[in-house]
Amino acid sequence: MSWISKTFSSSIGRKIIVAITGLFLCSFLVVHLIGNLQLFKNDDGVAFNIYSHFMGTNPLIRTLEWGLLLGFGFHIYESLTLWRRNQAARSVGYVSNHSEQNSKWQSRNMALLGTIILIFLLVHLYNFFYRARFGELDPDINNNDDLYTLVVSSFHQWWYVALYVLAQVALCYHLLHGFKSAFQTLGLTHRKYTPAIQAIGYAFSIIVCAGFAIMPLYFFFFTNGQGEPISSVAPLVDSINLALK
Amino acid sequence: MAGSNPNAKPMNLTLKVWRQKNRNSEGKIVDYQVKDISPDMSFLEMLDVLNEDLLHRGEEPVAFDHDCREGICGSCNLFINGRAHGPEKGTTTCQLHMRKFSDGDTITIEPWRANSFPVNKDLSVDRSAFDRIIQAGGYISINTGGTPDANEIPIPKEISDRAFEAATCIGCGACVAACKNASAMLFVSAKVSQLALLPQGHVERKSRVENMVAQMDKEGFGACTNIGSCAAECPVGISLENIAILNREFLAAKATSNNLS
Ligand code: HEM
Ligand code: SF4
Ligand code: FES
Repeated sequence: MSWISKTFSSSIGRKIIVAITGLFLCSFLVVHLIGNLQLFKNDDGVAFNIYSHFMGTNPLIRTLEWGLLLGFGFHIYESLTLWRRNQAARSVGYVSNHSEQNSKWQSRNMALLGTIILIFLLVHLYNFFYRARFGELDPDINNNDDLYTLVVSSFHQWWYVALYVLAQVALCYHLLHGFKSAFQTLGLTHRKYTPAIQAIGYAFSIIVCAGFAIMPLYFFFFTNGQGEPISSVAPLVDSINLALK
Repeated sequence: MAGSNPNAKPMNLTLKVWRQKNRNSEGKIVDYQVKDISPDMSFLEMLDVLNEDLLHRGEEPVAFDHDCREGICGSCNLFINGRAHGPEKGTTTCQLHMRKFSDGDTITIEPWRANSFPVNKDLSVDRSAFDRIIQAGGYISINTGGTPDANEIPIPKEISDRAFEAATCIGCGACVAACKNASAMLFVSAKVSQLALLPQGHVERKSRVENMVAQMDKEGFGACTNIGSCAAECPVGISLENIAILNREFLAAKATSNNLS
C-alpha cells in the first residue's frame, strides 16, 4: 500500500475525508437554499423555472454536479465505514450506560441522523432531480420545464411535507454536531476562534434547516393548488416580493 | 478519622456486579448485599468489605484492579452506574467516596467494555493495548548524555504547562470505556501532544505520531467522532484540544515524512 492510500484508510485519514466532504456539503446547502428562495416569488414559478433551467443546463454547474455527487459518495461511504469499525470495537455493551450525562444526543447519533438524511435524499432526488432531468415535464410560458408546478403539487401532499420537515430536523441535528466537529477533525482549533466557530455552526444549522423546512410548510398551509398565497397571507407575500424587487 | 462526619450513618447497599471466570467464559451480573458501609470509605474499600464477606462465606472474591489508591496509577477502573469511575467528575474509582451514594442504593459495577480491553476476570480488564501503543512511539529515545544544566533548553512557561497537562494522563482507559466508539484517541493524543510541544520530542515527532496511530488502529480501537464523552469522564481532565493537535500532527507527518510505506 502506498503512503497515500495508507493515510486515507487510517482512522484519522477517513475522519479527515468525512470532515472535508461534510464542510463541502455545507457550502452546497447554502447555494441550494438561496436558489430555492425563488419559490417564494409570486409569479407562477417563472423565475424558479428560469433558475432551474439554468442549473440543469449550464456546463459549469453540470460539472460541479459531479463534484457534488462525489462529495456525497465519499461522505457517506467513509462515514459508514467508520461507523462499522466503531460498532465492531465494542461487541459486548454495558448493562447500564448513562452517556447522556457526558455527551450530547446528536453527537452520539450521527449515523442515524445521516441515514434519515440519506433516505430523504433518495426520495427527493427521484421526485425532483430525476424527473426534471430525465422525465417529461410540461413547458411553462417561457417554454422552460415547469418544475415549479411539480414542486407545488408535491408540497401539497402531507406525507411529502412530513418527510421533508423530519429530514430538515435530522439535518439540523447532524450539523449542530457536524459543523464544529469538522473543524476539530481538521485540527482547526484555537482558543480564540473555536468559540466563534461553534456559535457560527449553531446559527448555520438552525438558519439553513429552518429555511429549507419553511418551503414545504408554506406551500402546504398557505397556498392554493397553483401555489398562489391564500388571502390571509397574500398581502404579506406581496409586500415581501415588492421589497425584494 | 480526620475529616470524617460523626453524624454520617452507615449504609446498606445492593451491588450488581459483573462476574466472569476468565477470558473465554460468559459473564453475568450477580446481586450482592453489603451492610454497614461507612460514607467515609472509598469505593474500593467498600468492595474490600464485600470481598471479606465473600471469603467468609467461602465464595470467590470479586477481582478488580487497584494499586496506588491515590489517583495516580490508573488501574482502579470500574464502570459504576453507567459512568466510567462513577458519578463524580474528575476522579478515579479509588478517590470516589461512598458519601456520593445513599442508604438503600443499588449500584451496578461493570468492567471497561472494549474489544481491545478483554476482560481477564470479573471487573479486571487487560489494558496492554495501551502499553503497545506507547511502545510504538510514546517515548524519546535520543541519548541525552549527562544531566544538563537547568534552563539550558528554553521552553516558554505556557508551552511547558500545556505539555505538563497532557503528561498527567494516567493511562486508565476511562476515555475508551466512556466513548461510544471505544476510541483511544484521547489517550493517544495526550502523549502525542505532550511530546510534540517539547523540543526534546521533535526528533521523533513524525514517526511517533505515524506509528502510534497505526498501532492504535491495529489494536482495534474505534475512530473518534468528537462526541466528547472521553474528556468529560477523564479523571485528570485531558482536553479535546489534544485530539485536534493529534490530527494536525498526523496530517503534517503524513504529508512531509520520508516514510513511503
Ligand atoms: C447535506 C448533507 C450532509 C451534510 C451537510 C453533512 C455534514 C457533515 C459534517 C460537517 C460532519 C462532521 C465531520 C466531522 O466530524 O469531522 C458529518 C459527519 C457525519 N456524517 Fe454527514 N452530512 C450530510 C449527509 C450525510 C449523509 C447522507 C450521511 C449518510 C449516512 C451522513 C453520515 C455522517 C456520519 C456517520 C458522520 C459522523 C462521522 C464521523 O464524525 O466520523 N452524513 N456530516
Ligand atoms: S486521557 Fe484521561 S481517561 Fe484517557 S487514559 Fe488518560 S487519564 Fe485516563
Ligand atoms: S488505584 Fe491507582 S489510580 Fe486508583
